[in-house]
Amino acid sequence: MPDIYLDNNATTKVDSAVVDVMIPYFTEQFGNPSSIHRFADGVAKAIKKARSQVQELIGAEHDSEIIFTSCGTESDSTAILSAIKAQPNRKEIITTSVEHPAVLALCENLEKEGYTIHRMPVDKCGRLNLEAYKNLLSDEVAIVSVMWANNETGTIFPVVEMAEMANAAGVMFHTDAVQAVGKIPMMLQDTKIDMLSISGHKLHAPKGIGVLYLKRGTRFRPLLRGGHQERGRRAGTENTASIVGLGKACELAAEHMEYENVQVKAMRDRLEQGIIATVPHCFITGDLNNRLPNTTDIAFEYIEGEAILMLLNKAGIAASSGSACTSGSLEPSHVMRAMDIPYTAAHGTIRFSFSRYNDMSEVDEVLKVMPSIVATLRKLSPYWDSVNNCPVADPEQAFQPTYA
Amino acid sequence: MWDYSDKVKDHFFNPKNAGAVADANAIGEVGSISCGDALRLTLKVNDDTEVIEDAGFQTFGCGSAIASSSVLTEIIKGLTLDEALKVTNQEIAAELDGLPPEKMHCSVMGREALQAAIANYRGEEWKDDHEEGALVCKCFAIDAVMIEEMVWANKLRTVEDVTNYTKAGGGCAACHEDIEAILEKVLKERGEAFDPNAKPVAKPEPVAAKGPMTNLQRIKKIEEVIMSFRPQLMADGGDVELVEVVDKTAYVNMTGACNGCQMSAMTIAGIQQRLMEVMGEFIKVVPASQMPKLVTIEEASHA
Repeated sequence: MPDIYLDNNATTKVDSAVVDVMIPYFTEQFGNPSSIHRFADGVAKAIKKARSQVQELIGAEHDSEIIFTSCGTESDSTAILSAIKAQPNRKEIITTSVEHPAVLALCENLEKEGYTIHRMPVDKCGRLNLEAYKNLLSDEVAIVSVMWANNETGTIFPVVEMAEMANAAGVMFHTDAVQAVGKIPMMLQDTKIDMLSISGHKLHAPKGIGVLYLKRGTRFRPLLRGGHQERGRRAGTENTASIVGLGKACELAAEHMEYENVQVKAMRDRLEQGIIATVPHCFITGDLNNRLPNTTDIAFEYIEGEAILMLLNKAGIAASSGSACTSGSLEPSHVMRAMDIPYTAAHGTIRFSFSRYNDMSEVDEVLKVMPSIVATLRKLSPYWDSVNNCPVADPEQAFQPTYA
Repeated sequence: MWDYSDKVKDHFFNPKNAGAVADANAIGEVGSISCGDALRLTLKVNDDTEVIEDAGFQTFGCGSAIASSSVLTEIIKGLTLDEALKVTNQEIAAELDGLPPEKMHCSVMGREALQAAIANYRGEEWKDDHEEGALVCKCFAIDAVMIEEMVWANKLRTVEDVTNYTKAGGGCAACHEDIEAILEKVLKERGEAFDPNAKPVAKPEPVAAKGPMTNLQRIKKIEEVIMSFRPQLMADGGDVELVEVVDKTAYVNMTGACNGCQMSAMTIAGIQQRLMEVMGEFIKVVPASQMPKLVTIEEASHA
């Protein structure tokens, strides 16, 4: 059975070169970077190198703008909570309806504490309305937090432009860029982005390491206070091995940026075009002209995503879904709902996300099994007419079950 | 991914009775497309005997929804309508060797489709009588709607109250923040403020027996207390029965989903606590599997 991993927006395999550079920091150079002895003397230097590797990838002006954290979620929380703490008189936050829960759940909680949260809607292609955004900016707003690229559809938001607009209005700008870093070239020193979140495990570094980019001069309040680590902006003993690993991963990401945008994109394009050509009643979600090169999110109508994933898994293929069942919630993905994808399609969305470890033969394997997986489940579906092999006429009317 | 039993996987990968029965005379449709689960059950019922001769399902849903539908059709084929009406969602789940708590609603949907189909055959109107909310307590599979209703109905004030009345929050305690949020909301609607240190409302418990009891009364009382736990356990696909009382030890059988469940030790401790409160004496509750072997009178007289 093949072993095909197409869930790289969930997490990635740690590059073996990353593992190699990490090992000595578990076994030999295990000292605390703050210590003055031979078990530690290489550690501070290694962290400094990693910091500059991250700086290089995102085009930060200074290496001191890189703060190592434990994950993307910590970076997001630090950024938003810092902004409201530093500006206690500003009681509004602007974000989008399609953000990651790392931002949305925090905002929901802040709403209970009295903050006004502006969740900007998106159109059917997942795009924002910048005119409406401009009208929301005011001196009541503590921070704008908008993701660079969407984790489900790969849709890219114009964050550089939006940061300019925020800056002109005197408002801080944060972007959750965990899906974008390493796939989209960036030069942060030329932007007005104040804060940016990175997650190591999305770019072939280990889990448990993240970065908050903090533009020099941005007013800041730490989330964790304590020791002097990260210049007092994020206390807690450094996760040295993972920091070193993340540095290496950033270096590799920069080297593979072109590969990611040419070869990886070609695999993604062939997969989605192949599926659209061979499977009836399915469509790609998101902004087709403005997406991450590695991501495709396809809605298979009249069937449910978890069932598709189970059959894909049986065929040796790993992907993920925006259905309610895969998350244990009652609603399908908030991203699909925000784009107004009908329920009969939203529950059947499957995200395939590639990395540089995939190859074309894997695309062919998926194309081989996908039509029969969809057909198998449609045979079971009350929305599908198995005799004529098409959806029942006017599906939402033909089958109107009693709510249970 | 969910931890599905082999039986769930088998019924999902090789569903039985998929598709509509061609000459069906009973049809039940339940579910909610917004939640991603919808099921149509078609039955061929013999008009003379009321025996279900054939059953077919069409399901829009996840692995466990399809497996629950499939196993349901297998269970009910050959039953009379009256027999079929006795099939509970716990039986559907048990036939699949259990379902994850988040997925128990799939078995509920199966039972409801069956009720709807039978009502359809008999020309009655079937009404769904429960609304499902977001799952709050994952240990005991209690949803927000259930908690909210109990808070309203019994004027509950604290998390402890909610646990006493619904079991929600009685396991890992991770959902206490969510329960507090529900309490805050309902109390606000009632014009009160939530106070985490409020005195708990009275526990729902039988009145303690007065005066000395005969042996038979005592055992009956013990059984009554144990029976009072059954609805909660059955809601989780489990059950409990009193097997024997020897001196200060009550031996019980935990069955269904309780059997082998990691929570069963906690449940037994809860039963023991309640028994001691009601009986006013020390009673130890022990699984019947640990009961000393019984000797017959004949064996005893030969000893």
